[in-house]
Amino acid sequence: MTASVDFDSVQILDVSRHFGRRRALSRISLTARAGEIVGLLGPNGAGKSTLLSILATLTTPSTGEVRYGDRRPRDLGASLRTCIGLLAHELFLYPELSARQNLAFFADLYGIDAGAAVPAALDRAGLGTRADDAVSEFSRGMRQRLALERALLHRPRLVLLDEPFTGLDDEAVHLVSARLRQLAADGAIVMVATHDLELAEGLATRVAFVRDGRLIADEPATPGLRARYRRAVGSV
Amino acid sequence: MFVRTTLLVLRKDFAIERRSLEIFVTTLFFAVACVLVFSFGLVKEGRAPTDVAAAILWIAIAFAGTLALGRTFERERYGETIRALLAAPAPRPALYVGKLLGVVFLLAVAEAILVPLIGVLFAAPFFAKPLAFVALLAAGTIGFATVGTLFAAMLMRTRSRDVLLPILLYPITIPVIICGVRGTAALLATPADEPMAIMWLGILVAMDTVFMTIALWTFETLMID
Amino acid sequence: MRKAFAPLALITAVLFATAVLLIAQAPYESTMGLVQKIFYFHVPSWIGMYAAIFTCGAASVLVLANGSAVADRFAVAGAELAVLFGASGLVTGPLWARKAWGVWWTWEVRLVTALLLWLVFVAYLIVRRYGGPGSEKLAAAVALFGTAVAPFVYVSVNFWRTMHPLTTVVPTLPRTMGVPMAVSALAFLMLFYLLLMLRVGLAERQATLDELYLALED
Repeated sequence: MTASVDFDSVQILDVSRHFGRRRALSRISLTARAGEIVGLLGPNGAGKSTLLSILATLTTPSTGEVRYGDRRPRDLGASLRTCIGLLAHELFLYPELSARQNLAFFADLYGIDAGAAVPAALDRAGLGTRADDAVSEFSRGMRQRLALERALLHRPRLVLLDEPFTGLDDEAVHLVSARLRQLAADGAIVMVATHDLELAEGLATRVAFVRDGRLIADEPATPGLRARYRRAVGSV
Repeated sequence: MFVRTTLLVLRKDFAIERRSLEIFVTTLFFAVACVLVFSFGLVKEGRAPTDVAAAILWIAIAFAGTLALGRTFERERYGETIRALLAAPAPRPALYVGKLLGVVFLLAVAEAILVPLIGVLFAAPFFAKPLAFVALLAAGTIGFATVGTLFAAMLMRTRSRDVLLPILLYPITIPVIICGVRGTAALLATPADEPMAIMWLGILVAMDTVFMTIALWTFETLMID
Repeated sequence: MRKAFAPLALITAVLFATAVLLIAQAPYESTMGLVQKIFYFHVPSWIGMYAAIFTCGAASVLVLANGSAVADRFAVAGAELAVLFGASGLVTGPLWARKAWGVWWTWEVRLVTALLLWLVFVAYLIVRRYGGPGSEKLAAAVALFGTAVAPFVYVSVNFWRTMHPLTTVVPTLPRTMGVPMAVSALAFLMLFYLLLMLRVGLAERQATLDELYLALED
């Protein structure tokens, strides 16, 4: 919407989050820049989802802060969220509505021209023929593809994806990966949380290993990822 | 932006409801069942005690309203769509108002059915002073829904949310019920005591203003972890 | 606080002792005999509850405004004491009323307001207990609404009752009864303050313990 809100890097500065006595995140520091695809790798319960939630401004850190291009979320206000796209495990779709209605609703909510954006999104999700069927009738894979397009509808700068490949067949994985690479090439900051190492190996430009809320390693994604992961995190 | 968001949320909820009418139908039926249960409980020797019509109306609204609130937010909990709404650039209080209007509309339709029903069952002249009565209904419903929508929203991520909602909601909305019942009873009296009803209406409107202010101020804080 | 605790506790004990003595010496009310003296504990109980409610309400505003952990401790302490003192009032009231008015309960404005407020803060504690993590803010919202609605409850029940007047007005107290009442009220307020500080201290230690647990994992 407004160019002034845009940013080309996101900095996670010493972020911790605890729920009572349970530590979800412990002093995470990480910087991601435009054009990068950062893989957040770690076992379930490592804190990946919490971190993405904080980046999407849905959760506040207990200590530390996140900066978007050196600016605080407080200073940027609500329009910061025009630059952020989130896909979580739960998919964010209304099962009673059709694919088209879901996309149109979110397009309107983000202030985008639905007439142009929705058909294109339906196309990319491969749901052109099923556009007017209720989402409750879709398979998991179809929902996943639709959910991804919903998250990307407003062409966000910061793309946060939590397990985006769940339920997708090989071809779909291939298409989605290509899509993400294109997004990064166009200047987006892509962060993908996953526990699937092979996928991450092909896709990510950088990887961050997370376990028990701690950042174990943060390095460029070079071959031999699996072995390094096993060493760092201890199990697969 | 605020108004647009509110209307978008409202339109979306209508679109969802239009498909199945699930919340609609079940809430209405529950409200009617409430009325009948109370009626059977209170009727003695074929007659109902006087002044009971007003009470039954408002109690039915309160009970049915609580149910409708829970179901409305269950919709947003299912696909965690509430998080998507919060993640959008829309002003968050606008989301609250959108949901609130949906609940008020639903209760208004329920009242459109309950009022004639109770009027017939208890020979209660609800429309002796129609303007005052409708104003009373509106103010009371809005008051109840204002607090209810906020509480139902904030309880979405809580365990035991179904039972916690009435526990939290009823003590705080009892004054709304008192004013509604007393105002309605004043209008049902013979002759209808309109000034008295207006007085109760005044208290209701003041309460609604306070509730709405607090709700708009606290909504975002309560919804963000 | 620790240093002040012992002398304050002592003062409170002295106040209570004084109050009891004064109450014992206070004249009997004309019709009711000994039972009337429950009043010396009943009214201060409500004073204590309202002090607690005010504390909880004010603290809750801070909790919602800036998430202050300190405010949260005062809020939960205030709520617990509101329930405690309120329970005392709700028990002593009917005991007194049975003798004075012949009924255990009446729908008089003060009673209804107090009962509703008490219920609000019971709800507060229920939310904190069963609401899971993050319930501090939810409970604070409940406290805020409850406190905000209190004047309306009073007004609405007042109007409600004036339609059907009942002689339930609290009698104005003659001087000889006023002094024991004042001392008793003061004693109760001191007790409230002591308990508040104790509870807040407990919450502080709880928070420190949580921090230690968290630090242990680092």
